[in-house]
Amino acid sequence: MFPKLVPMPSPNLLTERDADKTPILECINLGINFGGLAAVENFNMAIGRTEITGLIGPNGAGKTTVFNLLTKVYQPTKGTILLDGNDTHNMTTAQVNRAGIARTFQNIRLFNDLTVEENVTVAMNAHMHYNMWSGIFRLPGFWKEERVAHERALELLSIFNMADLADTKAGSLPYGAQRRLEIVRALATNPSLLLLDEPAAGMNPSETAELMENIRKIRDTFQIAILLIEHDMNLVMNICEGIAVLNFGRIIAKGTPEDIQSNPAVIEAYLGKQKEA
Amino acid sequence: MKKLRIKQHTRTDFLTYLGVIILFVVMNILKSNGTLSRSLTGQLVPICCYMSMAVSLNLTVGILGELSLGHAGFMSVGAFSGIVAAMSLQNIIPAVPLRLAVAMIIGAAAAAIAGAIVGTPVLRLRGDYLAIVTLAFGEIIKDLVNCLLVGYDSKGLHMAFNLTGSKTIDDLGMKEGGIAIIKGAQGATGTTTIATFTAGFILVMVTLFVVLNLKHSRAGRAIMALRDNAIAAESVGINITKYKMMAFVTSAALAGAAGALYGLNFSSLQATKFNFNTSILILVFVVLGGLGNLWGSLIAAAALTVLPELLRAFSDYRMLVYAIVLILVMLTTNNPTLKTFFSRFKLHKPTGKEAV
Amino acid sequence: MEFLSYLISGISLGSVYAIIALGYTMVYGIAKMLNFAHGDVIMVGGYISFCAISYLGLPGWLALILAMAVCTVLGIVIEGLAYKPLRSAPSLAVLITAIGVSYFLQNTALLIWKAAPKVYPSLIPTTNAQGESNALQLFNGQLSISYISLLTMASCIVIMIALTLFTSKTKMGKAMRACSEDKGAAQLMGINVNATISTTFAIGSALAAIAGVLLCSSYPTLQPTTGSMPGIKAFTAAVFGGIGSIPGAFLGGLLLGIIEAMAKAYISTNLANTIVFAVLIVVLLVKPAGLLGKYVPEKV
Repeated sequence: MFPKLVPMPSPNLLTERDADKTPILECINLGINFGGLAAVENFNMAIGRTEITGLIGPNGAGKTTVFNLLTKVYQPTKGTILLDGNDTHNMTTAQVNRAGIARTFQNIRLFNDLTVEENVTVAMNAHMHYNMWSGIFRLPGFWKEERVAHERALELLSIFNMADLADTKAGSLPYGAQRRLEIVRALATNPSLLLLDEPAAGMNPSETAELMENIRKIRDTFQIAILLIEHDMNLVMNICEGIAVLNFGRIIAKGTPEDIQSNPAVIEAYLGKQKEA
Repeated sequence: MKKLRIKQHTRTDFLTYLGVIILFVVMNILKSNGTLSRSLTGQLVPICCYMSMAVSLNLTVGILGELSLGHAGFMSVGAFSGIVAAMSLQNIIPAVPLRLAVAMIIGAAAAAIAGAIVGTPVLRLRGDYLAIVTLAFGEIIKDLVNCLLVGYDSKGLHMAFNLTGSKTIDDLGMKEGGIAIIKGAQGATGTTTIATFTAGFILVMVTLFVVLNLKHSRAGRAIMALRDNAIAAESVGINITKYKMMAFVTSAALAGAAGALYGLNFSSLQATKFNFNTSILILVFVVLGGLGNLWGSLIAAAALTVLPELLRAFSDYRMLVYAIVLILVMLTTNNPTLKTFFSRFKLHKPTGKEAV
Repeated sequence: MEFLSYLISGISLGSVYAIIALGYTMVYGIAKMLNFAHGDVIMVGGYISFCAISYLGLPGWLALILAMAVCTVLGIVIEGLAYKPLRSAPSLAVLITAIGVSYFLQNTALLIWKAAPKVYPSLIPTTNAQGESNALQLFNGQLSISYISLLTMASCIVIMIALTLFTSKTKMGKAMRACSEDKGAAQLMGINVNATISTTFAIGSALAAIAGVLLCSSYPTLQPTTGSMPGIKAFTAAVFGGIGSIPGAFLGGLLLGIIEAMAKAYISTNLANTIVFAVLIVVLLVKPAGLLGKYVPEKV
């Protein structure tokens, strides 16, 4: 049903990972208008298959809007999104997810009345095949797939050491655990691109450090691309291989963490223009 | 781990089935030794129907989280198509239990079709808008059945639609010996009552079986996920329309089966029986029993159907008392102080989720 | 000419719906609840004015004022006793309570006034003491509009304008709009939220009393269930126009009345309600938030 979890990376895996040079995601001149106001404009970006990319920028720059465009929560008014070379035009949010983009939300959106395990198994729905009648009459297909889903859910939860919370209601988890559960849920859909919207928001430095490790671990284990929005510069500069800076809906800089840190346009966007001496 | 662990819900489900079985056995004993009053004996089949209506509505309101104010409409569709089926199959299927079963299946199928027709456009709407449209649908069904003339003779079924109110059953042009099944505003009269308490018991068990197993399958998880957070559900690849339809149509079909049994319990039945007030009555069962809580629905349905009977001593005041009881129960169960007090006695935390 | 007369009876009926719908929409806007007892307040208004005219011999206008006063108090009492304790409860609990209140009012009325319908003495009878018709004759008498219809339409327009001015110009009106947007923020701005909600119920109930008197004047049978169907229709009208919107309720009420009258005249009396509801469903499919309602997508 699903591919088994990939084992932890060995050095020889890394070469294999870099073999395919075509990007998993390409945005070409992407843009959206809200009542005449261009919230995002001329957004061009390509993300490699196993790349961790950061999307940063001041508040209100349009970062979450980019995520909403990629996942078709908003339909772009301009431009093209190519996922693994295929145009996602006309796809719905659910279809985009099944095509390979999974996301987390800035304001946590869990299924609060479901258990932690159910939150994860529900995300495997598209990969399960038994029909409504097998479910009602408990035919063999039901038992087989449910057992695999159950095991897979525990396996995924154990990435964040959450397997023992499987029967807890998601709504009653502490904040940090809820953020982690959102990531696990997104992973359960078997994505090729994972979008993380402020994963470290509200976490203390030691939690952030742990999260950083886990994001790397996820990329290495699953061999997927990750695009993340984050205000914690320490996290961004440490784990991102490429960074794009957004301001007023436009990309003002792209490059490696080192390039971005010294880019005058970025400094201006964050700190304001320095007075001429 | 090779086997799934026994979950909390498995135990609750088992106890629910067991409770229904015990209730059935006890009622049968009471009935046979004459302890049960006549009026209460007459209520047994309707109680089963209402129990099953409550469980099926709980699928829409509690599990799917959409407010429906027209559930009685599906009951109506099931009732009248079930009556037509049972009456016209009298010669073809002489065995009564089999005919009853076939009538209930036809009732369920007809209601499922009605559910699909209503659901296709309507499930795009949200919250109170969906509520008003289901309400409108219930009223439409009532009016349409009121205009319906159906008869059966040796040449088969005859149907006419009495748009202007000028047609009568004679306009069907039936042969000698034909029977009138539905006579417009007079409703179905002269129905052979073939409903039994045992059939009612089986209906409740089947309804419970379908709803509980659906709830604990991948479809049920998807349905509850989109109730809890539709945007997140879409983001993990769940087709919202598909699962909303699945819940809605299943709920309608179960209501149709209950309706068919209900219809075949009375020799005369009018469409006005299934009006807005009936839809509300069933909604009251669901809310009092607890959203998503199926055994709660069962108890509430049984208790509130019997309550007006028990209040006969109050004669004129009984509906007033009923209204006051309803308001007081709502006020006390939602009182924050009392809520924390009661939650101490609960086995597990209630999952009271706002549906609208 | 026939068409015009149907149209006018439709507008007249629609005006009653609009007045009820205005009350519905205001209460919905602020309390976010479907007040199913609203229709029964109409019935209470009808009975109070009936008693005032028939038993106390009061003139029509005084009976109307008395009915409004009683219904206003009733509205405030219902809100305070039944709805206020449920302010933070799930909306379904409030809905069921409203239904309980509705049953309560109907059955209390049944005990006091019994089930047999009362013949309501219209505010303006169709004929005057001299036996002349109390109607405006137009086109050489080809079209006659009863004075009660004229009064109904005029009241509806006056009420709608008054409410629009009230919500946009007065302090209380602005407080109401603030509360319907965000109760928490309104409270932080020093608005007494409870008092504002009570006032809204008071206004809505007073409007229901007016609607009750006008409705019974045009359709003079009064029973404990008189309010139910107009209540449901007005609710439909409010949704039709966009629930929460005052001009929407006005427009929705009028359109609903016209559609109902036309359906009765040209299609089928039996199916008039079906047609009304079918039009509602179609409108909601095209405009999911009603004719004048705003569709606010959830922010992600």
